[in-house]
Amino acid sequence: MLKLEKLTKTYATGDKALCAVDLEVPNGQVLALIGPSGAGKSTLIRCVNRLVEPTSGKVLLGGEDITSLGSSALRRARRNMGMIFQEYALVERLTVMENVLSGRLGFVGFWRSFLRKFPQSDVDEAFRLLDRVGLLEMANKRADELSGGQRQRVGIARALIQNPELLLVDEPTASLDPKTSRQIMRLICELCEERKLAAIINIHDVALAQMFVQRIVGMKKGELQFDGSPDLLTPDVLTRIYGEEDWKATITKVEEEVE
Amino acid sequence: MSSSTLEAKLGTQWRKPHFIKSPYTRYALIGGTIIYLVFAFNSIEVNWLRVSEGLVRGWRFISAFASPDFLSHGTDIRDGMIESVIMTVASTVVGILISIPIGLGAARNIAPLPIYLVCRTIVALSRALNEIIVAILMVAIFGFGPLAGFITLSFASIGFLSKLLAEDIEDLDRAQAEAIKATGSSWLQWINYGIQPQVMPRLIGLSMYRLDINFRESAVLGLVGAGGIGATLNTSFDRYEYDTAAAILLIIITTVMSLEYLSGIIRAKVQ
Amino acid sequence: MPIYESSAGKKTWQLRNRNAQLLRWFAYIVGVSVFMWCWNEISQATNWYFVWDAPRIATDIVSRAMPPKWSYVEKLWGPLWDTFNIATLGTVLALVMAVPVAFLAARNTTPSALFVRPLALLIIVSTRSINSLIWALLLVAIIGPGVFAGLVAIAIRSIGFCAKLLYEAIEEIDTSQVEAITATGASRWQVMIYGIVPQILPAFAGISVFRWDINIRESTVLGLVGAGGIGLQLQGSLNTLAWAQVALILIIILIAVIVSEWVSAKVRGAII
Repeated sequence: MLKLEKLTKTYATGDKALCAVDLEVPNGQVLALIGPSGAGKSTLIRCVNRLVEPTSGKVLLGGEDITSLGSSALRRARRNMGMIFQEYALVERLTVMENVLSGRLGFVGFWRSFLRKFPQSDVDEAFRLLDRVGLLEMANKRADELSGGQRQRVGIARALIQNPELLLVDEPTASLDPKTSRQIMRLICELCEERKLAAIINIHDVALAQMFVQRIVGMKKGELQFDGSPDLLTPDVLTRIYGEEDWKATITKVEEEVE
Repeated sequence: MSSSTLEAKLGTQWRKPHFIKSPYTRYALIGGTIIYLVFAFNSIEVNWLRVSEGLVRGWRFISAFASPDFLSHGTDIRDGMIESVIMTVASTVVGILISIPIGLGAARNIAPLPIYLVCRTIVALSRALNEIIVAILMVAIFGFGPLAGFITLSFASIGFLSKLLAEDIEDLDRAQAEAIKATGSSWLQWINYGIQPQVMPRLIGLSMYRLDINFRESAVLGLVGAGGIGATLNTSFDRYEYDTAAAILLIIITTVMSLEYLSGIIRAKVQ
Repeated sequence: MPIYESSAGKKTWQLRNRNAQLLRWFAYIVGVSVFMWCWNEISQATNWYFVWDAPRIATDIVSRAMPPKWSYVEKLWGPLWDTFNIATLGTVLALVMAVPVAFLAARNTTPSALFVRPLALLIIVSTRSINSLIWALLLVAIIGPGVFAGLVAIAIRSIGFCAKLLYEAIEEIDTSQVEAITATGASRWQVMIYGIVPQILPAFAGISVFRWDINIRESTVLGLVGAGGIGLQLQGSLNTLAWAQVALILIIILIAVIVSEWVSAKVRGAII
């Protein structure tokens, strides 16, 4: 279980990205984090695995306080948290296989990783995951030869090969077209289901979030504004999160599509 | 279907595909490199006794940087530096003035073919000839002194600036140039309104950069008698006066640094 | 861009207002006078008698140099091989030293921006401000004449050049790729080889070939100060005023430079 206690982040510029956020994510729950740009969604995710160092507060994963860990303990903790990025963040000049295997870096020593001699079990798992995301044939392609949707699938495989308890997903669909976006979201949610993974998914597309997850958390200016199931997301709530706008169309459209 | 390939792949080793696909080419390249290195190392004669003796001298030289001697040859250093600066400034100005027409001529999109070929030849010649070699010839022809250095640096600047200017003109925005042409402008007006505004910032940046290079080069031209601080430096090495040499090198380094800093500011301003 | 209205109510447009215009003229005058002063100094230091005599001397030299002494080429293969080695091994040696310097100098990889980075930048600036010929002069004085001195001179001069371009490339990498590798729990060195190295590899290859090309040019003249290579033959021929040999050597150098530039362009084209 992931638990955030009074998590606060103030950047050196004085911007308050997170103001004492409390949040609990039970095991196996997929949660969507919505909110306008600059609400602190990305910062929240990055504070969990300390890519961004929180100013104060606690992050507890399975009872362990991540904010107090030293650098090698932090690396071990990061192995339990897979991360999926907005612009895929694949290492473009490495092959698809190397990108997937890079998810195991925390488990192998420097020289093994330098010589690309990963344990056979890791290689098998990489093949299985590539097969699962439908890219088995692409294993030896360079990452920059792939299309956006394919790259994001590699990104998913890289996160999953860590065999994490928790997925941190940062705007997985922001650079994809609507159809691919849905496919990617479906894939992420299916995989979470299969592997009983908890996940925090940052997403700005409210309709997409409603379609796939059981719980939605709304953020605004570093504070939580809403926490509940997707059908509680009324125009009022959206106004609270995003500001005044005609929200009816957004919501009804989703209902039609869900049916 | 994909699952059958999956079965086939499970349990097999994965190896990164090689950068060079054909194994023959790959091994030939690796083998060739090793053979070359063996031959190359064998052909270099190193007199280690001399080197170990030299290390003591090298250390003396390095420690001379702690106590550089600016004064005992103060006038020589000053005169040499002034001469270097003069050569640098004069040759950069002349280099820019000459390289503008040549740069225009060397741009395929505005120059007719015969002019293009002539200008490209000048550029290629100037770039292929090392400054020092040009300086030797100039000294032989015009005699010792800064004039030879000035001509050398101007010649080198022409090759450098014209080439980059021409490349810049070749990939400028056609639409702007065409719009000016469409107004019925003359050729010179067209250059002035359609081309010049587009390449000017870069030309200024490149000129500053060339000023910097010319100064560095002017410091060595003295070695072959073409004026500047190089002669003073050479003398101080010959006499093993490392503290004076250190002083001269320090002056060169600081000048280059400040020139670079200055040109950075100017380039940031014009762009 | 000011528009003036005269007393008659007529509007005139000028590109610049009067002060800016005056400032411009002033700058021009200063520039021209500086140049005139420089020219004056040069002309005072010049023996114009020699200059007026220059065309005659030039034709004299050319007539002595033509035809080049082709048979002399036999003696040039050895020095040419030395020149090639100086440039190639010098570049390799320089790269070996430039890579760590570049990583120490780049803002995003330096272990300490306060102490290590300035030191690395100092190495870069001081090695690249000083021409390889001066380094050769210095090294000949220290470790004696020969190919080895030339090689080390080329290597030292190239450190700063390569390290500067390389650290700029390191600073421009895509940080999200590095972030992604960090997020997997990789160690510092693993992040280096998986996140950073693949991104700068093309730049590294380009810089190496580029510098090798420049080094071929520079190593042809190192012999002038006794640091080995074809420059030694050039110096010898110049000292004995054997212009036919000089002509041949210059032709050989020109060919070497053109070939190296062609090779460098080909290789860079293949990489990028």
